[in-house]
Amino acid sequence: MTRVTVSSASRSSVPSGPIVNSLKTGQLPRLIELYALIAALAISAAILIAVGFSIVGWLVVAALVYLVGIGVLSSLVENRRKATDRVVRGLVTVAFLIAMAPLISTLYTVIARGIGEINWNFVTSVTKATFNPKTLVVSTNIGAWQAVVGTLIITGIAALMSIPIGILTAIYLVEYSQKPTWMSRTVTFLVDIMTGIPSIVAGLFAFALFTLLVGPKAFSGFSASVALSVLMIPIVVRSSEEMLKLVSLELREASYALGVSKFSTIWKIVLPTAISGLVTGVMLAIARVIGETAPIFIAASFTPNLNLNAFFGAMETLPVMAYTEYKFPSTDMTGSISAAWGAALLLIIIVVILNLIARIVARVFSPRGLR
Amino acid sequence: MSATPADTPVQISNTANRPGAPKGSARTARTRSRPGDLVFKGLSTGAASLIMAILAGVALFLIIKALPAITANWTTNPQLTTGVTQGHSSFWSYVAPLIWGTVFVSAIGLLIGAPIAIGIALFISHYAPRRVAGVLSYIVDLLAAVPSIVFGLWGIFVIRPFLLPLTGWLNHHLGWIPFFSGQASATGSTVLAGAVVLAVMVIPIITAISREIFLQTPRLHEEAALAMGATKWEMIRLAVFPYARSGMVSAILLGLGRALGETMAIALIVSPSLIFSLKILTDGQNSQTVAANAALNFPDANDLQRDALIGTGLVLFIITFAVNLIARLIVARTGPGAKGAKAKRRIQQLPPSDPSSVLLADAEAGPLHLRTSEGS
Repeated sequence: MTRVTVSSASRSSVPSGPIVNSLKTGQLPRLIELYALIAALAISAAILIAVGFSIVGWLVVAALVYLVGIGVLSSLVENRRKATDRVVRGLVTVAFLIAMAPLISTLYTVIARGIGEINWNFVTSVTKATFNPKTLVVSTNIGAWQAVVGTLIITGIAALMSIPIGILTAIYLVEYSQKPTWMSRTVTFLVDIMTGIPSIVAGLFAFALFTLLVGPKAFSGFSASVALSVLMIPIVVRSSEEMLKLVSLELREASYALGVSKFSTIWKIVLPTAISGLVTGVMLAIARVIGETAPIFIAASFTPNLNLNAFFGAMETLPVMAYTEYKFPSTDMTGSISAAWGAALLLIIIVVILNLIARIVARVFSPRGLR
Repeated sequence: MSATPADTPVQISNTANRPGAPKGSARTARTRSRPGDLVFKGLSTGAASLIMAILAGVALFLIIKALPAITANWTTNPQLTTGVTQGHSSFWSYVAPLIWGTVFVSAIGLLIGAPIAIGIALFISHYAPRRVAGVLSYIVDLLAAVPSIVFGLWGIFVIRPFLLPLTGWLNHHLGWIPFFSGQASATGSTVLAGAVVLAVMVIPIITAISREIFLQTPRLHEEAALAMGATKWEMIRLAVFPYARSGMVSAILLGLGRALGETMAIALIVSPSLIFSLKILTDGQNSQTVAANAALNFPDANDLQRDALIGTGLVLFIITFAVNLIARLIVARTGPGAKGAKAKRRIQQLPPSDPSSVLLADAEAGPLHLRTSEGS
């Protein structure tokens, strides 16, 4: 029945004319998208030269021309379905390119504005104001040393607190609660929720905690470390958990089969096997929290002075310095703002170094069996 | 020769996993507990309990510190009738516009960022050549590694002037829409500029999660769609989106959670006031967010005002907690494989929501094209 209908339908639609090769017609050439793109760029350039050229405008108009052009062309030659497909392909590619713009622009801006500021003197001297009695002018020499030291102290203490707690929790989740108990379920759930705590709430928490314990104006580097720990622990737990799960069960079973205790198995077999992953995760977690501004600004306030005591007095880190130099500039406004960019670039450099270390550790020290 | 030793442990573990096998896996049954064992077990269990204690502590200390400000009389208390909290009749009249501003600005940021992020995720998972997909996703993840203060400064010096022409055009031609009404800003310190920077910050999160979920789509579903003659986009609509829908919603909600708590970008870029405003192109009529308000006013505030700011932080904590909770529940309830009562009880984890964990997964698991072949 069906076959009859189909054949009659197709017979009626056979065109009267030369026989066309249905495999080759009704299709655009293979490289049409490339041609269309070049054409769109050219058309866009022509339009924009008429009204005033700008690179951003050129790319935006070119993208629009391309999307419309390929859609119209494809629906004329091919069909509506293929046209939609081609337009969507163009759209998702455009989405990706849009995301590249801020990344490139941000890195370019920070490097271009910060590179002139960074020198040995900027990194290793403390901000201080000098009063010249002859001219009665107070000149401020802005240095980043107090912020560099503060960053290292605060992040270091936060890491010292977060890494053991994070890794031990991951060990509990992976090794000690194989069957999901109420506790492992709750902890997993809470860790997920903790990753979503806004950083400023962590800062307000640390401030609240220390004002209740120590009294008002309890700004200290340690308080900021506590705030960072709240943000860092869940990251360490999640990454360590993933890494411990990667260790194959056979390794553990081989160890147990030899009569090795659980603790020794974890300590001598599981952790050494996963160590590269654990280190990588910790590095990335540090890189993540080292750039936090709000919690440190709230919990440790800010100061232009060098403070080596983590348990007393305000302390400054690089992101806080970048913020305060912009928000509360000294009399030398341009100097303050370029100092902010200098601090931002220094921060980016630290983050990039941490990320590179993480990558190298993951590459080089990963045990052969896991790859 | 090599086959026999390799087979034996597999058989043993199969026996141990059989339904009839004794409770408690065979490997722990014979191991004696030693002191080191007990201490270590205690330590790791203690660390896990500490997580619960920390989260409870965060809530508890925020509540304790915020209570004096919430219960205070805002019209008569001399500490509250001056400065940043001036002119508010109660804590709730102070915090209400802030909540509105937080939700409003985040929503606009999400409106800009989410479609782009989903597009990028699709591009990486289904359109880009496999060989470069890993590199491309690493580049997007780099966006997450940029500290928020850097985005804040970038927003001030680059995005504000960049958006000025668009601001003027929208205000002039579409000013009848409430969002674009009012006196257009001349400096660019608008909600729009803040939202654009927020969008840049949520893109890596949404991309990372939805990318992982798109990659988990059963290969057979995709191939079935293609075999029926579907174009790539139709295959995505027929096979990928239905599978990934709940994951995408959760990803967007987690992005919202991030946007709600973002402080520095908004504090630096937007020139705020404590009002309920729909306008996104003006200078002084911008709604303010909880986080930015706390960061901006904290240094000048007196003790009770700081308590009030902590109170607003508590409200923000509750909101983000709820958003994260809903995001997780959606996946747990309606996620792939959650059919029937039995599957419902299984907690289904999202891919790591923190971009640094995604970076880690990429670094550890190798190039993307190798990992995708495992899933099929």
